[in-house]
Amino acid sequence: MIEFRKEFFANERDDNLNEIGKPTRRQDILGHVTGRSPYFDDHLFEGLLHIRCVRSPYHRARIRRIDISAAEKMPGVVRVLLGKDVPRNLNTLLSLLDFGLDDEPVLSETKVAYKGEPVAAVIAESEAEARAAVKTVKVEWEVLPHVLDVEDAIKPGAPVVCDVYPTNKFIYHGKFDHQKLRYGDVEEAFNRSDHIVEGRYQMSPIEQAPIETCGAIAAPEVNDRYVCFTSTQGLFFSLGTAAKLLTMPSSRLHFVGGTVGGGFGGKVDSMHEPLAILGAMLTGRPCKYAWDREEEMQVGAPRGAERWYIKDGVARDGRILARKFTGYFDSGAYTRLSSYAIIKGVGHLPGPYTIPNVYADVFCVYTNRTPATAMRGFGITGVDFAIEAHMDKVAETVGLNPIDLRILNSYRDGDMKAHRRVAKNCALVECCQVVAEKGGIALSPASRQATSMTDGGGERGLLPSRTATDQNGAVSGYRAGDYGKKGGNKSGPQPVQSPMPTYASTAPAPQRPAGPAYQPVTPAQPAAPAPAPATETPRHGALRFSSLSGFRRR
Amino acid sequence: MAKIPVTFTLNGSERAAFAEEGLNLLEFLRRAVGDLSPKYGCGQGTCGACTVIIDGETHLSCLTMADAVQGRKVETASGLANGKVHPLQEAFMEHFAAQCGYCTPGMLMSAKVLLDRNPSPTRAEVIEAISGNLCRCTGYAPIIDAILATANTRRLA
Repeated sequence: MIEFRKEFFANERDDNLNEIGKPTRRQDILGHVTGRSPYFDDHLFEGLLHIRCVRSPYHRARIRRIDISAAEKMPGVVRVLLGKDVPRNLNTLLSLLDFGLDDEPVLSETKVAYKGEPVAAVIAESEAEARAAVKTVKVEWEVLPHVLDVEDAIKPGAPVVCDVYPTNKFIYHGKFDHQKLRYGDVEEAFNRSDHIVEGRYQMSPIEQAPIETCGAIAAPEVNDRYVCFTSTQGLFFSLGTAAKLLTMPSSRLHFVGGTVGGGFGGKVDSMHEPLAILGAMLTGRPCKYAWDREEEMQVGAPRGAERWYIKDGVARDGRILARKFTGYFDSGAYTRLSSYAIIKGVGHLPGPYTIPNVYADVFCVYTNRTPATAMRGFGITGVDFAIEAHMDKVAETVGLNPIDLRILNSYRDGDMKAHRRVAKNCALVECCQVVAEKGGIALSPASRQATSMTDGGGERGLLPSRTATDQNGAVSGYRAGDYGKKGGNKSGPQPVQSPMPTYASTAPAPQRPAGPAYQPVTPAQPAAPAPAPATETPRHGALRFSSLSGFRRR
Repeated sequence: MAKIPVTFTLNGSERAAFAEEGLNLLEFLRRAVGDLSPKYGCGQGTCGACTVIIDGETHLSCLTMADAVQGRKVETASGLANGKVHPLQEAFMEHFAAQCGYCTPGMLMSAKVLLDRNPSPTRAEVIEAISGNLCRCTGYAPIIDAILATANTRRLA
């Protein structure tokens, strides 16, 4: 039962609630209870073919040779696909937002970077025949050393997981090998703190585990188009990805989705549609590519593992004066959405607390594990676990009740947050008070009297008088890209120039292959000169926040 | 591969179709017969999304051979509504007992067998009856409520 506490925020709330607190029927519920909701696999096609992938048994290996001759002769086999059959066999999912470099093949041709990475795909009349034929594909592997831990992966000399990021770190904004947050001066604040509280926190990967496994069915349609029924959570995202990998205009693809048998973030990666459509293109027949449960668990991208180090400077009375984060996201073998999760996560630091000095270095690290992707608040939930566990540790150190400590440090309306926005509509103080009441925990008189609407703003609403900045982790040779520039890029996507990146660190000079840039199918536009460095661009207009690129002026 | 003719009753109607040797009942119902309401979730008898009723008992169709239903009565979620929605379906709609809906057909089959045998189950008996059906959206509480509400409504009627 929902309990409404109407004494809180009475002057901020409209009580004419039309939906909240009232039972409501889902609009798709009749289909669900009658077994008629059309999930991707609930479309029958005459002559449906089945695709199964040949997968790497190793975490990291070079592919010396793939012999498909025996598989091609197996009963029911129509065709065996290799990487060379994919029109554009390299992609990064967020390239549709111009964020990051293409790093992941559909079917790997030269090497594998995680256990279960696909290197060939068998198309057969039945699933059983496809499975049998997969076993007859002979791959000559040269097994290579692998790295499975984020901190091992960024040590000099670690195996290179992903060739386009040779130090195993994603490059942010073309400038740094990590995402930075700098607000005030944590080192100065540590020096005048009564306590220093340090902690190390770690979260494992989590599989989304939808009951419906990921998959897609594609079939030739009239007028040289292809229809694709898919379990995707992001239909237009998948459409754009398929059009890019197959180098065909998206107008030739008819995507049907919207009924998803549970997603939880695990169905945004668009792995299935391109291969199913490619199968339909090359065989002229309907093709289904779907994971079985074992694949869903082994190669389905989970929420990535995270490791966080937190160091707090705390005053005797429990006020947190400074908080420093070093975070490592385990992206697995390819980028997928981990780079974006970190941008989101860093915007969330230092949690819902007013801390005048905050510092974060957060790394998106490549390891030879299953690539990670979205899952329910990814980028936030992991670090929240670390932050809240750390708050308890701080409370223990200063001898305060953990709820009193949280109320003392909570955001109040009007406070400046570390990402330089003023806090409003805060409610953590009130939530803490209700939790304490329900748990029978006696709060201090100050905590009982506190509200989110009082004691905030003023000096707490000002930016720090000085913010310590640095060039740690600076890289060169990467372009910032045009992300966040919606509609502003008149010249169309520009080819990525591939100069040798030079590193500020002492790491060995990395090699970055000069891969072709993604070109739209429309006639190529002449490449515009690279944009001038941001420091030379005149700044004008209002500040605008973009979730990908941070603050921009327009 | 040899094809086996299978004659059985599906939701009250006589049906006949060919099953390839070794085909499981789930794929047979979905592809050969065209009843898409049982769902594939794991293929190993773990998730319960493929649950159907054979001669009044719940069975996992992914672990049942197609020819095992020869001459038997099979019920699936698509046959639950007979002219109008079944009281269980009505209760599932009323109590928000589905989110993604993928486990719902199997869940309804387990619930139906429970109520057919035990018109007044306790909450614990309901939980036991659906313990073989996973709901990843974790909507178990509304599902249990819906099943108990169906039993209550029937008692009052």
